[in-house]
Amino acid sequence: MKTALKVNGRTRIVDAPGDKPLLWVLREELELSGPKFGCGQGLCGACTVLLDGQAVRSCSTPLSAVGKAAITTIEGVGASEVGQKVAAAWVDQDVPQCGYCQAGQIMSAVALLSANPRPGEAEIDAAMSGNLCRCGTYHRIRAAIRQAVTGQVAGSLNPGGDHAG
Amino acid sequence: MPAETDRRFVLKALLGAGGALVFDIELALGAAPAAPAAAGEPAARLNAFVRLHPDNSVTITAKNPEIGQGIKTMLPMLIAEELDVAWEAVKIEQAVADQALFAPQFAGGSMATPLNWLPMRQAGAAARAMILAAAAQEWSLPVAELSTLAGDVLHVGSARRAPYAAFAAGAVRQAVPAATALKLKDPADFTIIGKPTKGVDTPAIVAGKPLFGIDTRLPGMLHAALLTPPVRGAVLKSHDAAAALARPGVRKVVALTRLGEADAPVDALAVVADSWWTASEARKALQVEWDAEGRDRHSDASFAAAARTAHEGRPQAVVLAKGDAATALAGAARRLAATYTYPFVSHATLEPQNCTALFHAGKLELWAPTQMPGGGQDLLAKTFGLAPADITVHITRSGGGFGRRLQNDYMVLAAAIAREVPGRPVKLLLDRQEDFKLDFFRAAGFHRFEAGLDADGRLVALRDHLVTFGAKGKPGRGADLPANLVPADLVDHVDLGQTVLETNIPLGWLRAPGSNALAFASQGFLDEVAEAAGLTLPDLMLQLLGTGRLIPPPAGGRGPGFHTGRAAGVIREVLRLSGWSGARKGRGFGFYFSHNGYFAAVADVAKGEAGIRVERVWIGGDIGNTIINPLNAEQQIRGSVIEGMGHVLSGLKVPVDGGAIGVANFDSYPLPRIDAVPPIEIGMVRSDFPPTGLGEPAMPPAIAAIANAISSLTGQRLRSLPYAES
Repeated sequence: MKTALKVNGRTRIVDAPGDKPLLWVLREELELSGPKFGCGQGLCGACTVLLDGQAVRSCSTPLSAVGKAAITTIEGVGASEVGQKVAAAWVDQDVPQCGYCQAGQIMSAVALLSANPRPGEAEIDAAMSGNLCRCGTYHRIRAAIRQAVTGQVAGSLNPGGDHAG
Repeated sequence: MPAETDRRFVLKALLGAGGALVFDIELALGAAPAAPAAAGEPAARLNAFVRLHPDNSVTITAKNPEIGQGIKTMLPMLIAEELDVAWEAVKIEQAVADQALFAPQFAGGSMATPLNWLPMRQAGAAARAMILAAAAQEWSLPVAELSTLAGDVLHVGSARRAPYAAFAAGAVRQAVPAATALKLKDPADFTIIGKPTKGVDTPAIVAGKPLFGIDTRLPGMLHAALLTPPVRGAVLKSHDAAAALARPGVRKVVALTRLGEADAPVDALAVVADSWWTASEARKALQVEWDAEGRDRHSDASFAAAARTAHEGRPQAVVLAKGDAATALAGAARRLAATYTYPFVSHATLEPQNCTALFHAGKLELWAPTQMPGGGQDLLAKTFGLAPADITVHITRSGGGFGRRLQNDYMVLAAAIAREVPGRPVKLLLDRQEDFKLDFFRAAGFHRFEAGLDADGRLVALRDHLVTFGAKGKPGRGADLPANLVPADLVDHVDLGQTVLETNIPLGWLRAPGSNALAFASQGFLDEVAEAAGLTLPDLMLQLLGTGRLIPPPAGGRGPGFHTGRAAGVIREVLRLSGWSGARKGRGFGFYFSHNGYFAAVADVAKGEAGIRVERVWIGGDIGNTIINPLNAEQQIRGSVIEGMGHVLSGLKVPVDGGAIGVANFDSYPLPRIDAVPPIEIGMVRSDFPPTGLGEPAMPPAIAAIANAISSLTGQRLRSLPYAES
């Protein structure tokens, strides 16, 4: 079945069954390897992409449910100002350990800040709690989101590794 | 020691049950001789690790697998430091598996730092020495009058300065210097080591670039999904693949029998298709019968019953008999006894196990997220009757390791599938359910402790009978009771023994193997001992540790031994950091020594709306005189604490029933999420010892501290993990 998708600002035609999850359409048909496969059931968030700015788990979103929604993956995150800020903060704070979950984390953070530009700590935790990080980079995820909000590099980076909050 | 051996820098390391690994950097320097720039590659190779480019940038080879421990950044930092170049001028390239050149080339045992601290610096210093020798020739000056600064050669006397690249042609003609003849930098002059340094792949990760094994994409590549029996190790009896093969896009169904690691043979069906999704879905159309006989009798209930019976008798094997524990216990003024248990635990790497394999003209090429590429090569050679030289292993970034990828079963499975489609690369990817089913689990365990206190409340006798898992009376990976269980070295009369139960669930090393479970059990019981003696656990530990001294490792043990002064140092540091002022409801302490690292933790827990949560953790550590990359050190320590929280409080356990595991996905294996994560404060003690690894030793004491905090909060001793609201 041929379907037209709007992905990262471009229209792409894919030939795939309607029940194929968007994740595998992105990874296999469109060769976008940023969204990751972790659980296949929307439990870990590694596959998170934006549909019209909303964070969705692409592993459990069938192609047929996408419709005309604009899809943004990590590869297209720089197209929005919020996306640029979040990605830059992720680099500044050196968030990743293994890095496997981070594309999904970043997309969830972009969705959060697009809807709520100044989230409180509890709102950050609530919005990010669908994304697992097996390595435990959560402090820096919070710090990067705070940096994207305030524009200030602060928080987790402490050269001595001492007294980190 | 013969001169030849003495001349070389040789380090012996033991990896778990593996043999001795010998690391000789001169092999790596000599086996890849310096070479001028080849046509099409405008870089001069100074040794196996360093290539110098005309624009004066350098490419440094990162030899070890990157699994999130930061090694792809850290090892090149050591080389760049002694090469004396600016870190900004360095490009990093991941090595392929090459046991002759790069061994030891594994991610395990927190061994990379102690094994590579000197050799990697020597590799950088050797390249620098060759550049300096070339410059001396070029300028007709004594080499002693030359110095270097950020990639330039300097002659102060004549105010001459030129980039390294100007001497590339001459440098490759120089003799490779002997490693031990090299003068290394004074640590006071370090400009890269000790400086917070971002991960070299961070920008690529944030841009979503393909870096991981799962991202491997090759022309003509096929995809494979695996179906294994519900009962681990069950045998394929019969199958009918017709309906699956009739699906569009399905190419083949491969029956795999008795493959995988020798101690964990796997029978499985693999569906090969044009797309992984197609392959995965087609598994539903497979008709298959498994024979689970003999493997389906294993269950948590039977394990617990067997452990109870075993605890009533003597251990199968004596691990340590020191002094006369029986007499000391009989004569003790006060005796305590308690049973501590913990469950099987899964690695649950976020990137499921996967491997891309290509069989072509009798040769095998693989792209694998593996912690042990050389072990994979050996296993494949043995399994498929190939020469190791005919097996190329490309090391991809791993989406987490935690010990899972020390087992290379998925490489064997991928290769066996690829053999059925010669000339076509095939990527095998396990889905989450299969990834759990095919894990090599952290062993469950049952400890029966006894302790005796004298009239002054001093701990004089200790007994531990561990009922563990393994085969033929031998404990499995990470499942043994070590003779240096903290605090066996510090007590006069000790009996340590173990009894081994059989299981069909294969065992594997999980981050801080052994210690992650032993710390919970032994520091928990010691907390009880302290309470009985009217002390707090840190007071008892400091009393037991006594004056600073080095206790050598037990026979066959690795590393330099246990230094009581370093242990006391981190305990005092964490007490200072946490503002410890004695026992307090909801506060717990834990100490452990593992992987040559000394760590102590204090945790505060409190009752929240959704149950007990960790409010704050303080952790103090000593890994020697240098923290190579403080930015990454902070990550490793926090990650260890958070993983430890998962062991105690999140409900992480892998139940076994009828030989099948009771975990299928992250809903039944609830890893810690961001909303559970407390502030974690870190205090590092710098001691005058060479640096050791940080991937593991912070986790065991964090587990103990959190568990002891829960006991303090509830008033009920937490003797079984994970904590469950009663």
